[in-house]
Amino acid sequence: MKLSSKHLTLLVMATLIAAAPFFFPSGYYFRVGALIFVNALAVTGIVILTGYAGQISLGHAGFAGIGGYACALAPVHLGLHPALAVVLGALISALLAYLVGRPILRLKGYYLGVASLGFGILVAMVLNNERELTKGPDGIEVADLGLRGLLKDWGLNLSNGEFWYAFTGICLVIGAWIALNLFNSPTGRALRALHGSEVAAGTVGIDVARVKLQAFVISAVYASVAGSLTALQNKFVTPDIAGFMHSVEMVTMAVLGGVGSVPGAILGAGILTLLPQVLTVFAEYEQLILGLVMMLVMIFLREGLVPSILRKIRGRGE
Amino acid sequence: MSEFLQFLFSGLTVGAVYALVALGFTIIYNASGVVNFAQGEFVMLGGMITVFAHAAGLPIPLAALAAIAATAAVGVALNKLAIEPARGAPVVSLIIITIGASIFIRGAAQLIFDKQIHSFPAFSGDEPIHVLGATILTQSLWAIGGAFAVFVGLWLFFTRTILGRAVLATSNNRLAAQLVGINTDFVMTLSFALSAAIGAFAGVLITPITMTSYDVGLGLALKGFAGAMLGGMGNPKGAFAGGLLLGLFEAMTAGYLSSQYKEAAAFVVILAVLFFMPQGLFGSKSTDRV
Repeated sequence: MKLSSKHLTLLVMATLIAAAPFFFPSGYYFRVGALIFVNALAVTGIVILTGYAGQISLGHAGFAGIGGYACALAPVHLGLHPALAVVLGALISALLAYLVGRPILRLKGYYLGVASLGFGILVAMVLNNERELTKGPDGIEVADLGLRGLLKDWGLNLSNGEFWYAFTGICLVIGAWIALNLFNSPTGRALRALHGSEVAAGTVGIDVARVKLQAFVISAVYASVAGSLTALQNKFVTPDIAGFMHSVEMVTMAVLGGVGSVPGAILGAGILTLLPQVLTVFAEYEQLILGLVMMLVMIFLREGLVPSILRKIRGRGE
Repeated sequence: MSEFLQFLFSGLTVGAVYALVALGFTIIYNASGVVNFAQGEFVMLGGMITVFAHAAGLPIPLAALAAIAATAAVGVALNKLAIEPARGAPVVSLIIITIGASIFIRGAAQLIFDKQIHSFPAFSGDEPIHVLGATILTQSLWAIGGAFAVFVGLWLFFTRTILGRAVLATSNNRLAAQLVGINTDFVMTLSFALSAAIGAFAGVLITPITMTSYDVGLGLALKGFAGAMLGGMGNPKGAFAGGLLLGLFEAMTAGYLSSQYKEAAAFVVILAVLFFMPQGLFGSKSTDRV
C-alpha cells in the first residue's frame, strides 16, 4: 500500500505523540506535551489563514479568549456542560469572525494586521474590564471537563497529566487531519490560488472574498477550541489568553516552523513552548533570547524551519 | 467648559507623543516599507536613558541629548542588523522581526536598567498654569511645543534641503533614486537614526508627566501606529494630525464615557477608519499593480 504524504504526516504525528511518553522522566513532561499540543492546534488555524490564504492576523488570541471564557462562564451562567461550552465558544468565535472578517478582510498586509490587532485588543479589554462577569485581570476558575472521571468509571485510570496529554494529542491529530484535508480540497486550492494572486484567482472564477472569510472563520474556530482546551486543562483562565502577546506568539510559532505546512506549525509550537520552560533557568534573559530567536529565524530561515530543512535535504539528494 | 478644556489639554499632551511616534513610524515606513513595531521602544529608551544618565550626575539637557544620541544609534543598529539583511522578506516575516526587536530591546532594558517605574523632574517646575478654570502642566506645553517643533523641522528638512529631498526620492522609488546618484543605503541609515531620535525625544518630553519603565514601549507603538494609520500611512502630515486626534479622542472618551475603555476608543476609531476610509484621513487613493 502506498501512503500519501498526508497520511504519512498524520501517522508520524500520531506515532510520535503515542511514543513520546515512554521517554518522559517525570509527570511534568505530560503537562509540557499537552501545552505544546494545544498551542499547535491554535497554530494549525494560523497555517490555514496565513500559510494557505496569505492573510495576516495579529488578533487571533481574541478568539482563544472567547473559547477560554466560554468554558469558564457558560457552565456557571447557562448551566451548560463544559464540553458543550467548548462548542458554544467555537460557535461564538465563528460568528464573530464572520462579522468582523467581512469588512476587515478587504484590507491587505499591514492594514489587515492592525485591524485584526484592534479586534484582539478589544476582546482582551472587555475580559479585563467587565469584572462582574469575568472577575477582571485576576482570572476566573473553570469547571472540570469531567471526562477523566468518566474514563475512570470505565476502568481507565489516568493521572491528570496523562489524561490531558492524550486528550489534547488526539485533538491535535484531528485538527491536523482536517487542515491537511483542506489543503487539497477545492476550498484549499482556492485559498492557495488567492495567496498567489488575488486578481488571478478572481479571474478564474474564485469568489475571493468568500473563501478568505471561510479561512478566517475556520482559523478562528481552531483558536477558540485551543483557548477552551487551555482553560479546561488549567481549570483557570486569565485575560492574558486574549492579549496581544499571545496573538504574536501564535503567528511567530507558525512562521518559525514554516507557515505553509502543518508539521512546521507543530514544530514551531513545540520550540516556542519549550523555550520558556528551558529558559526558566535564565528567567532574566528570557525576553532577550526570545526576541533574538524571532529575529534570527526570520532573517536566516525566511520560510521557517521545516521548509528550509526540507530544501536542504532535497538539494543534497539531487 | 473648564472640564472640556481640561480634557483638551490632556488629549493634546498624549496626542503630541502619539504624533511623534507616528511621525517616526512614517519616516521608517517611507524609507524601507517596514512597519516598525519597535518604535515604542525608542520612546522607552529615550525616557529610561535620560533617567539613568541624570541619576549618574548629568544635568537633564545633557542627559536628554545623550539619550537621543544613544537611541539613534540603536535605530541604526536595528536597520543594519535586522532590517537590511531581511530586505524583500514577506510582510509577516518583517512584522515578526520588528516585534522580535521590540521584545529584545525590552529584555535588554530590563537587564541594563531595572523593572522599576522612573521619572525625572519637569523642565520648568511643577507649578501648573491656570487657563479658564482648567490647569495645564508646563511640561505639557513642552511636549506639545516640542512635537510641533519637530513637525516643522521635518517639514523644512524634507522640502528645503537636498538631503531631505534625497530621502523623499528614495521612498518614492528606490531604484530611480539610486540611478540619479543618491546613496540609498545612507538614506536608510539616516531615516532609522532620525526616527529613533524623534522617538527618544518624545520619551524625554513625556516622562516627567507619565513616568516610564522598561515595558511602556509596546502600548505606545500600537497607539502611534494607530495614529499613523488614522492619518493615512506614509503621509507625515497625516501621521502628525492622526496622532493628535487619537490623543484627543482618547482623552474625551476617558473624560465623558469610561476611563477603563479609553484605550478601546483608539482601536474603535482605527477599525472605523479602516472600514470606511482604508486610506486614512489624509491618504491618497492608491492602485495596485498587478
